[in-house]
Amino acid sequence: MSTLLAAAQVQAPEIDYRELSPVFALAGGSVIVLMVGLFRSYFVRRAVVPALTAITLLTAIGLTIWIWEPGNREPIVEGALGVDTLSLGISMLCLVAGLVTIVLSLRSTAALEAGHGEYYSLLLGSIAGMVVLAEADSLMSLFIGFELLSIPLYVLCATHLRRRTSLEAGLKYLVVGSVGSATLLYGLALIYGATGALRLDGIAAALADDRVDVADPLLLTGIALAATGLAFKASVAPFHQWTPDVYEGAPTPITTFMAVATKAAAFGILIRLFDHALGLSQLDWGPALAVLAVTTIVIGNVGALAQRSLKRMLAWSSVAQAGYLLTGVVVGTELGVRATAFYLAVYLVMNVAAFAVVVARERVTEFGDDLRSFENLGQAAPWLAWPMTIAMLALAGFPATGGFIGKFYLIDASVSGDYTWLGIAIVIGSVLSLAYYLRVIAVMWMGRYEVELPSVPPRRVRPVAGWSPEADAWAQPEVVAVAVICAAATIFFGLWPDPLFDAARDVSSALPGLH
Amino acid sequence: MTIHLSILLFLPLATGLSGALMPRGLGRWAVLAGTVAVLAYVVAMLIDFEPSGGLEYRTDDEWISELGIRYALGVDGLNLFMIALTAIAWVPCTLVAAFTEHDRPRLFFFNLALAETAVLGAFMAQDLALFIVFFDLMLVPFYFLIGGWGTGDRVRATTKFVIYTLAGSLLMMAAAIALGVLATPDGGDISFALADLKERSIPEDSQHWIVLLFALAFFVKAPLFPLHGWVPDTYRATSIPVLALLSGVLSKVGVYAFLRIVLPIMPEGAQHWQELFIILAVFSILYGSVLAFSQDNIRLVLAYSSIAQLGFIVLGIFALEEKGAQGALFQMLNHGLVTAALFLIVGVIVVRAAGSESLAELGGMAFRAPVLAGIFLVTALATLAMPGSGNFIGEILILFGAFEDKLVYGLVASVGVLLAAVYMIRLYQGTMHGRAGPAVESREIDGVNLAAVAPLVAIVIALGVYPNFVVHRTERDTTQAIERPQNVAKFGSTDAEMSVIR
Repeated sequence: MSTLLAAAQVQAPEIDYRELSPVFALAGGSVIVLMVGLFRSYFVRRAVVPALTAITLLTAIGLTIWIWEPGNREPIVEGALGVDTLSLGISMLCLVAGLVTIVLSLRSTAALEAGHGEYYSLLLGSIAGMVVLAEADSLMSLFIGFELLSIPLYVLCATHLRRRTSLEAGLKYLVVGSVGSATLLYGLALIYGATGALRLDGIAAALADDRVDVADPLLLTGIALAATGLAFKASVAPFHQWTPDVYEGAPTPITTFMAVATKAAAFGILIRLFDHALGLSQLDWGPALAVLAVTTIVIGNVGALAQRSLKRMLAWSSVAQAGYLLTGVVVGTELGVRATAFYLAVYLVMNVAAFAVVVARERVTEFGDDLRSFENLGQAAPWLAWPMTIAMLALAGFPATGGFIGKFYLIDASVSGDYTWLGIAIVIGSVLSLAYYLRVIAVMWMGRYEVELPSVPPRRVRPVAGWSPEADAWAQPEVVAVAVICAAATIFFGLWPDPLFDAARDVSSALPGLH
Repeated sequence: MTIHLSILLFLPLATGLSGALMPRGLGRWAVLAGTVAVLAYVVAMLIDFEPSGGLEYRTDDEWISELGIRYALGVDGLNLFMIALTAIAWVPCTLVAAFTEHDRPRLFFFNLALAETAVLGAFMAQDLALFIVFFDLMLVPFYFLIGGWGTGDRVRATTKFVIYTLAGSLLMMAAAIALGVLATPDGGDISFALADLKERSIPEDSQHWIVLLFALAFFVKAPLFPLHGWVPDTYRATSIPVLALLSGVLSKVGVYAFLRIVLPIMPEGAQHWQELFIILAVFSILYGSVLAFSQDNIRLVLAYSSIAQLGFIVLGIFALEEKGAQGALFQMLNHGLVTAALFLIVGVIVVRAAGSESLAELGGMAFRAPVLAGIFLVTALATLAMPGSGNFIGEILILFGAFEDKLVYGLVASVGVLLAAVYMIRLYQGTMHGRAGPAVESREIDGVNLAAVAPLVAIVIALGVYPNFVVHRTERDTTQAIERPQNVAKFGSTDAEMSVIR
């Protein structure tokens, strides 16, 4: 390699292996998992492959903690990647989401149908893409990370090979996602054209020393197109239309992964691109993104109102939550970055708790993820009903849950950033959301409760552990454990949020120059 | 003697949790014992309390420093009797519930206990954000209590109740955060502690909309016209012991918060909307009274009478006179006790009418149940503010307060006192006298309900005879609570002396 480079007379960039170690671990793990997955032994595919995947992720988590260092850091690899607390924090969320996905996938037919090695290897590849995207410090690596994240996900969505809706979801995601990528790429090209810089620092510097007019139409068009591309990934309205269909069609563990990890990665790069690189033109893009945020909040919440399918409901709710998160980016202050980071973490635990319960239920009832499969869950399986209840209350923003503190923080950030009306929008969105979150709780606890919404036809499923509802809950102890742990974390962060606040403060310290 | 408010606050929750882990039959007794213990502790506090015009038994710890939220509790004249009301009302309601059969009893009593902790927390909180935490937390147990163990269209009712209330209180949360941010001086740290907020200055025009959003939350909770849309459904669907608490205690949290938070911290804003709020209050008095008179369902008669009574209380507060505020606080206590007693009696009556709640099908119950009729008569007379009852003193004080500055409104409100007599006597006659309804079975009140209601009635009578017990302990703090807006009204500034010098 080095001889080749020497022959071409190119100066090889300095490579900091220490800071790159999590990416290397993920990439290496992905290859190893794929190879080991080629063994035909049932045991190897069913147990060793997931275990190796989990070990890879745990290693990456360990390495991430090892290189965690608050403050502004110099970019590495000739300014391609910036390994700082912002990227590490976002990576951490993606890695944890990956771990959860492994646990939820253990009994999934998706992994079986697609081949275990391929399934888990793609998962690791997608996570590696997220890590690169979060670390991207130049427009080039941004796009590479974005694609590395997306392409394995297109495949993963379609891993339920024998279910038409899964294939449809994969195709739909591929088409819509590609449009998003193309838009992003075009936007990035225009930004480069306007500022003459690929590195985010360079863009910020170009804006700072008046070489580029912040109102330059070329730059503004670039910003708009880049925002649109990223909005597709973060499912920000009006670029959210794929979300309910893909979330519903994809295997539920993958839906969980998309809901929390993709969102974290997309918001990580939104923060870096807008609040850091383009921070000086905040007055130009701020109002536009604010309008997007309000639209997203309203559309997400209204869309969720008419859903019987829990996966679709959670999809719309994730659109609404993207709107809440966007307010933290819009204000462009340090407080805003902290609030967004904090909310992303809380959003992870409360959403995973909800999805885990959906996973547990749809495998054992004939109604899939329809509201009917949750009827009287409070009596039949309290260990599933309680996490779901806590998750719903937290998503709606009730106190004593992390969701309350998260919303409080976001409203605080928007009011402090002179966007009081965004705070009011969050509040109005939360009021709308009560109607559908409380409906789930009512179905679980308040006896037979007829919901007049279009229902899905029942499907046949193989009973996992007989038809006794009590036994069913315990037929999948690992799923119950995920639900219970995440629900407990939701309550914990609602009462003692200080550890998360410390982490959020570290994250915001990575971006200098925020006010 | 040192009273630890944290113990008082979390005692019900602790008993609720332990009750939930006990065998099925025992949970209820654990929770009941918890409410009695809370009451005993509160009685000790009442005896120990010295009216010094400041907070006592303070607890003040850092909770979430990043957001400036403190775990600050304290008791003074404003909330002493609200805490007492909570502690008193919870005992009979839990008692009655404990002798009723429920599905999933442990969950029911856990929710009941959690509700007590939340209400106590809202009354004790000395930090705005902490107050909001408890104010919203209250809804969770009540959501389950109404939806899980109510009657009729309970799920719809409880969803409506929660959405109405939370719509108000989430807007209040946004307003409260804005208040905290706007009050923070340059370079200072954000703080939601009430003591800090009182000293910081908030721009007057911001106060206007902030007060409006606060009022929205509190008026929904109270309820006051025109924000009472959730009332009929919820009152119809809620089971009796829970309804007694909802109507007797929960309705006081919002109006109490006017005295605790709005008036002292945003005097200009409160003064700005004084006229509007008084008009709403007077309208609620008339509207509630007229509707109470025209209802057939006995629960709804009491529901609308509550709206009228809450109208009186708000009138007393926003008269911004010492007597009015004093009367309002006293009336909160009285109304809470009387309403709780009335609803428990309604529970007794309904059982004797085979579940019918329609006045048309009731009647003639006094015939073989003189004790029941006697107790009902006393509470009914207390509600219509018969001289000798605490309500009489409360309403007189409120009207005096209103007469001082707002004579016209005071006069119109006086009509409400008259109307109260009309609808309460109609209610009493319709259930106790006249021809017995087809399904009515006249039976004496049973021991459990008597044990629950009689002490409440005794306290109501005692307050009528010796109101000074309350007035003496609350006078100083209610006066202080309205001092700043009063000064704004009189001198155009919160600080009286400054204006005099000018």
